[in-house]
Amino acid sequence: MTALDPVASELQLAAPQSRLRRTLAAPIFSNRQALAGLGILGLFVAVALLGPLLLGGDPKAKVGPVFARPSWHHPLGLDGGGADMVKLLVEGARVSLLVGFAAAAVSATIGGTVGLLSGFFGGKTDIVLMRITDYFLVIPDIPLMIVVAALFGRSLTNIILIIGAIYWTSTARLLRAQTKSVRERVYVQRARALGAGNGRLILRHVLPQVTPLLIANTVLLIAYSIFAETFITFLGLGDPSVISWGRLIENAFTDDAILNNAWWAIVPPGLAVTVVVLACTITGQAMEDSLNPRLRSGHLSVRRFRVRPLVRPGGGE
Amino acid sequence: MRGADYVVKRVVFALLTVFVAITINFALFRLAPGSAVTNLARVPHATPETRLAIKRQFGLDKSKFAQYWIYLGQLVRGNLGVSFANSQPVSKNLRTALINTIPMVLLGTVFAIVLGTLTGVIAAWRRGTKVEGASVTTALAFYSMPTHWLGLMLVILFAGTLPTGGMSDEFLLNPSFFTHLKDLAEHVALPSLTLGLVLYGEYTLIVRSAMLETLGEDYILTARAKGLRPRAILRRHALRNAMLPIATLVALSLGYIVAGAILVETVFSWPGVGRAVYDAVLQRDYPMLQGGFLLLTISVVFFNLVADLLYFKLDPRVKE
Repeated sequence: MTALDPVASELQLAAPQSRLRRTLAAPIFSNRQALAGLGILGLFVAVALLGPLLLGGDPKAKVGPVFARPSWHHPLGLDGGGADMVKLLVEGARVSLLVGFAAAAVSATIGGTVGLLSGFFGGKTDIVLMRITDYFLVIPDIPLMIVVAALFGRSLTNIILIIGAIYWTSTARLLRAQTKSVRERVYVQRARALGAGNGRLILRHVLPQVTPLLIANTVLLIAYSIFAETFITFLGLGDPSVISWGRLIENAFTDDAILNNAWWAIVPPGLAVTVVVLACTITGQAMEDSLNPRLRSGHLSVRRFRVRPLVRPGGGE
Repeated sequence: MRGADYVVKRVVFALLTVFVAITINFALFRLAPGSAVTNLARVPHATPETRLAIKRQFGLDKSKFAQYWIYLGQLVRGNLGVSFANSQPVSKNLRTALINTIPMVLLGTVFAIVLGTLTGVIAAWRRGTKVEGASVTTALAFYSMPTHWLGLMLVILFAGTLPTGGMSDEFLLNPSFFTHLKDLAEHVALPSLTLGLVLYGEYTLIVRSAMLETLGEDYILTARAKGLRPRAILRRHALRNAMLPIATLVALSLGYIVAGAILVETVFSWPGVGRAVYDAVLQRDYPMLQGGFLLLTISVVFFNLVADLLYFKLDPRVKE
C-alpha cells in the first residue's frame, strides 16, 4: 500500500470538493475500457430492472420438454426443469446483481469505517483494528463462507451478509493507507487548528478525499461478491427459493446438462457472470490505476529506441 | 540481530492466527442454530454406550469454557473427531485427501506461475501496444470466469479425449507402473488445467502491475542510460525487484487456490480435501467440515509465513 503515498504528495493542494469529479470521472470518460465496462454494467442493470416487466410470467414455469433445443419461441432453449432459459437468465441477473451490490455495500461500509478510524486515529485504535483485519485477511474466505453458510442457514439475506462480512479487509487496508496520508495534509491541519472536531474532520475533510478510492474498490467488490455467490450456490449452500446465475450453473451441473448435450443450459449463465465480473474489474481497476500516478511512468521504452514520456498525454495530472 | 527479531515476530503472528482460527472454529460450530456440536455424538449405528463415550470425550456435558479447553486438548493430540459419513477418524480421512490434493494443486499452480510471469512481463514491457491489450484482456477474461464453470467448459471441450472425473480408471486391472502413471496424468490434466487457467489470469495481472511499478524506478533509467539491452534490464533489474511484490501476492492468492481446489475437485470428483469439504457440507458431516476448515486455514497461514520469510530472504532492506 506504500504505492499510494505519491498520490498524497502529488495531490497535496487539491480542493476536496472537486476531487471526486476530477480524479474519478475524468479518467473513466477518457478511458475507453472503463467506459465500456460501465456501459456493460449499466446494460445488465437495465435488463435486470426492465426485463421481467417485458417478458412477464413465472420464470420457473415449465413450458416444454426437459432440455429442449433452442427454438424460435425459446431462443436459448429450456433447462433441466423445462423452463425458458431467457427468462431464467433475466431473473438470475436480478438476484446476482442484487447480491453483488448489496454485499459490496456491506463490505464497503465495514471496511470503510475500519479503514477511516484506523488511519485517522492511529495509535491503539489502529493497532487493534489492523490486527483484526490481518486475521481476517489470512483466514481463507471461501471455506469460511461455506462453514458460516452451512451453519447459519441459506436465506439470501444471510448470504449477502456473509459475503459482506468477509470481503471488507482489502477495503480497510486501502482506506487506512489513504486516510493516513490525507490526515497529514495542510488543509486538514488548518481545519484542526481552527477548532474542527474529529467527527467534522473525518466527515467533511477526510471522507471526501478518500471517496474516489472507496468507490473504485466497491466496484471491484461487486465483482467479488457476484463470484462468491456462484461459489456458495455451487456448493449447495445457496438460497433454494431464488434463481441466481450461480443457481443456474449449479442446476445445470446437478441435472447433467453436459451429458444431455444441453450447452444452452450451462454456457449462458457462466458467460453472464464472466461479462459482468469483467466489466466491474475493468472499471474498478481503471479507477484505482488512475489514482496511482506511479503506474503512468515507465523508463523502459516499448520499442527499442524511444523513451516513453513520463506522463501520458491527457492522463490526468 | 534484527533479522532474528523479524523471523520470531512472523512465527508468533502465524501461531496466533492459527489459535484465532481454532477459536473461531470452536465458536462457529457452537454458536450455530441447531447446535451442530450436539450432533457430534450422533454417529450412525452407534450403541448408547458409544454415544455417551463420545459425549464425554468431547465434554458435551460440561460448561462452554471447559468444552473449549477440552477441544484444545483433543486438537493437540490430533483428535478431530469421527466422521458421520464413514465412521472413520476425521484426521485419517483428511490425510488421505490431502495426499490426493497436493499434486493436482501443485501442477496447476506451477503452470500458472510460469505462464503468468511470462505474459505479465511481456505485457508490462510492451505497455500501450496491442500485445499488452491482448495479454491483459485474455488474463482478465480467465480471471473473471467462475472456476467451476470454466471446469465444466473444459469438460464440454475435452469430453471423449480426456477423462473428466475421478483420479484413476477403476477398470484398469493390475496395470504396469507406466500405464498407471499415464492414467493418473490423464486424470489430473483437466482439474490442474482449470485451476492453472484461473490462476494464470490473476498472476498475469499481478506480475504486470508489479513490473510497471518497477519500470518507473530511477535505476531502470540508469540502466538504460548505461546502454544495457532491454532483455538484460528486464531480467536483471526489473524482474528481480518485481519478484518481491509478486512473491507476496502469490502467497496471498494461496487462500484462493484453496477455494479453487474445493470447486475444481467438486466438478471433477477429485478425491481431495476440497471434495471432502463439499461432501461434508452435503451430508451435514460437521466433524469433517470442522476438520477440513481447520486444515485449509492452517495451510494458508503456513504458506503466508513461508512468503513472509521468503520476502525477508529476497529483500535485504526488510532487515533494516
